Formats: sequence, structure tokens, C-alpha cells
Amino acid sequence: MSNSVRGNYLLEGLRRLGSVALFLLQLLAGSLPALTRPDLLLKQIYNAGARSLIIIMLSGLFVGMVLGLQGYDLLQRFGSEEALGIAAALGLLRELAPVITALLFAGRAGTALASEIGLMRATDQLTAMEIMAVDPLRYVAAPRFLGGVIAMPLLTAIFSVIGLYGAQLVGVQLMGVDRGVFWSQTQGAIDLHDVSEGMVKSLVFGVACSLIAVHEGYHAEPTAEGVGLATTRTVVASSVLTLLLDYVLTAAFL
Amino acid sequence: MRANRTLEIGTGLFVLLGFAALLFLTTQLPASGLKFGGAKVGYHVTAEFDDVGDLKVGSPVTMSGVRLGEVSAIRFDPKDYKAVVTIRFNPQYGQIPDDSYASIQTQGLLGGKYIGLSPGGSDTYLKDGSRIDQTQSAIVLESIINKFFASYSSKGSGEGGAGDAQGKATDNSGKAESHK
Repeated sequence: MSNSVRGNYLLEGLRRLGSVALFLLQLLAGSLPALTRPDLLLKQIYNAGARSLIIIMLSGLFVGMVLGLQGYDLLQRFGSEEALGIAAALGLLRELAPVITALLFAGRAGTALASEIGLMRATDQLTAMEIMAVDPLRYVAAPRFLGGVIAMPLLTAIFSVIGLYGAQLVGVQLMGVDRGVFWSQTQGAIDLHDVSEGMVKSLVFGVACSLIAVHEGYHAEPTAEGVGLATTRTVVASSVLTLLLDYVLTAAFL
Repeated sequence: MRANRTLEIGTGLFVLLGFAALLFLTTQLPASGLKFGGAKVGYHVTAEFDDVGDLKVGSPVTMSGVRLGEVSAIRFDPKDYKAVVTIRFNPQYGQIPDDSYASIQTQGLLGGKYIGLSPGGSDTYLKDGSRIDQTQSAIVLESIINKFFASYSSKGSGEGGAGDAQGKATDNSGKAESHK
């Protein structure tokens, strides 16, 4: 009895994995035609990117400031406060900016995507499109997916820069690290490789988070409860997958 | 129409900000990237050093521990095989004797390098384009260790040198103990 239940869970998990993978292929196939409707794409970049700007900038500032405080406290024990810029820049570029941006994106934009598409499914809008021979995958799902994928690296770059200035604000203005040393040490230690690591990560997270959000919404139960469940699942799955992928990518890059 | 306009402006702002941040990260942050900073005020003075260690552009220049300016350029002089460091002094510090002594020092044990100035006694002051003649190079920890080992091993190769050194060491420790 319990064995068959476990087997069912396993099968259900496999089915979901397969359905996500297939959906990704369908989305990628639908992405090229979606590019012929730039107005749809623009709206989604606005929804996923521009409307996440405030939360990303505010979070970036505070994460950077905390890095400045903690980094200073740790480094001054070894008498090397001037390495604060390096610590903050490496931490932000490689890890914190891509991961926190992805987590915030999942909470801010992912939920909106999942519930929007889920509600379209629940109110039969997607079915209506199908009846009219309009492919909802191409006109609803693909632009939203692409919008998220485009927005994520840009949001991450903004997060990094704001965070770096946050760390500088605390380190230089508050704690008295020399400004010239802060920036020259940072510039000496950071190379293009670190920047590209963060950007590759954020691109992968962008694909993962957008895919999960659009998939959950698209395949939501067409009920009020189903839409809620899809939204919850989006946040949980995106967050866990982001952190898991982050470990894999970090191991691959080091 | 109205809503479409704000949407386009918002998206434009977001994309512009994003690419500006990307540009900053790729060109301004790595030392290999392009630098476009505005010309800064102050006056420039050069100093030649045999060895600048890991002195960097932006490293502070201090006198009595107070920051007077920063290193604005480091280049190599192929004639004398020396490093020529250009220092930018903040304009409010205009009265630094021109026979001041510049030495490259280290912040903390393993920290970054900076230039420390000791005031001279001259009545004429450094001005834009003048040169600091008296300089002392960076002390590189590895070279000191190398010198120490070189002198130690050359002593050791002499007759009973190592034994002497050991005897001295034990002598010293004995003294230290007797002092207590």
C-alpha cells in the first residue's frame, strides 16, 4: 500500500519534470515567433523588469550596506580594512546579486506571472484563444518567458552596482576606509571573469524562474484554489532551484 | 495610447539603467577596462622609485598620517629603469617643502601600499610639475626574507658558523631569562 503511494509520488514527480522540460522546448520554439510581436515582449519586460526596479535597488542598497558593515568588522581584526572593496565586490558580483535578484524576482514577478496565466486558464481565456486558432503558447506564455529572461541579467547588474555603492557608503563614509584604496583595490582584484560569472548565473536563473512561473500558471488547476497553489509552487520551486543551480554553477566556475 | 507611452518610457528607463550598470561592471570595475573619469583638481608632482611594490593608482599619499592626495599615475622610465609615480595633491595642501622625503609604506602587516611623506626644511614649496628627489622604495617582505636566508647560509658555510649562531641564540635566550 505505502509502496504504491510512494511509487505514485515518484511517478508524479517524474511526470512534472518531463512536463517542465517539454514546456521549455515548446517555449523556445515559440520564442522566435514571439519576437515578431515586440509590443507584447515590451509589455512583459516592463512588467518583469521595470516594475521590479524599486525593490531590486532598495534591496541591493541594503545588502551592500550590510556587506560593508560585516566585512569591515571582520577585516579590521586583521588590519586589512582596505580589502573591504574586494570582499564586497566579489561577494556581490559572483553570488549575492544573482541569487538575491532571482529570489526577489520569483517573489515579485514570478508570482504575478503564475497567477495571471493561471487566472487566464481558470477563466477559459486560454481555451478561447485555442478555439480562435490563436496559439496561447506563442502569444501568452512565450513573451512572458522571454521578458523574464531578458529582465533578470539587467536587474542583476543594477543590483551589483547599487550594492557596491552601498558597501562604499558604509565603508568609506561611515567607517573611514580610504576611498581611493577602496576602489583601486577593488579594480585590481576584479576581472571580467567575475562579472561574466554573475551574468551567466543570472541568465540561467532567469530561464529557470521564468520557466517555472509560466509553467505553473499554464498548467494550473482551473479553480481559485489551483491558481493559489500554482503561485505558491512557483515561489517554492524557483527559490529552491535557484539555490541548487547556484551551487552547481559555482562549482563549475571555480 | 497614454498607458502605452508610460509603459514604453518605463521599459526604456529600465533597459537603459540595466545596460549602464552592465557597462560600469565591465569597463570601470576591472583594472584592465577603460577609465573615463573627469580631470581632478589639484597639482601634480612626480617622484622616482626603484621599486613601487604593489602601489596602485588611487593609493593615498599622506603626511603625519593625514591624507594629502593620491597616486594618479605610475609609469616606467625606460632610461633609468625606474618607476615614475605621479602624485596629485589636493589644492588646499599647497605648502609642502620641496625637499620632503617620500617613502612607500605598508598599511598594517599585509595591507595595501601608500606613500608617506616626511616634511623637509626648505622654504620653497612643491608646485605643479616639480619632482621629489629623496625617495625610498617599497620594502618587499620576500626580498628581506631572501636576504636574511642568504646571509644566514653564507655564515653557516664558514667553519662552525652555524654552531656560533646557535651558541649566540642560546646565549641571548639565556640573557633574556636572566633579565627576568
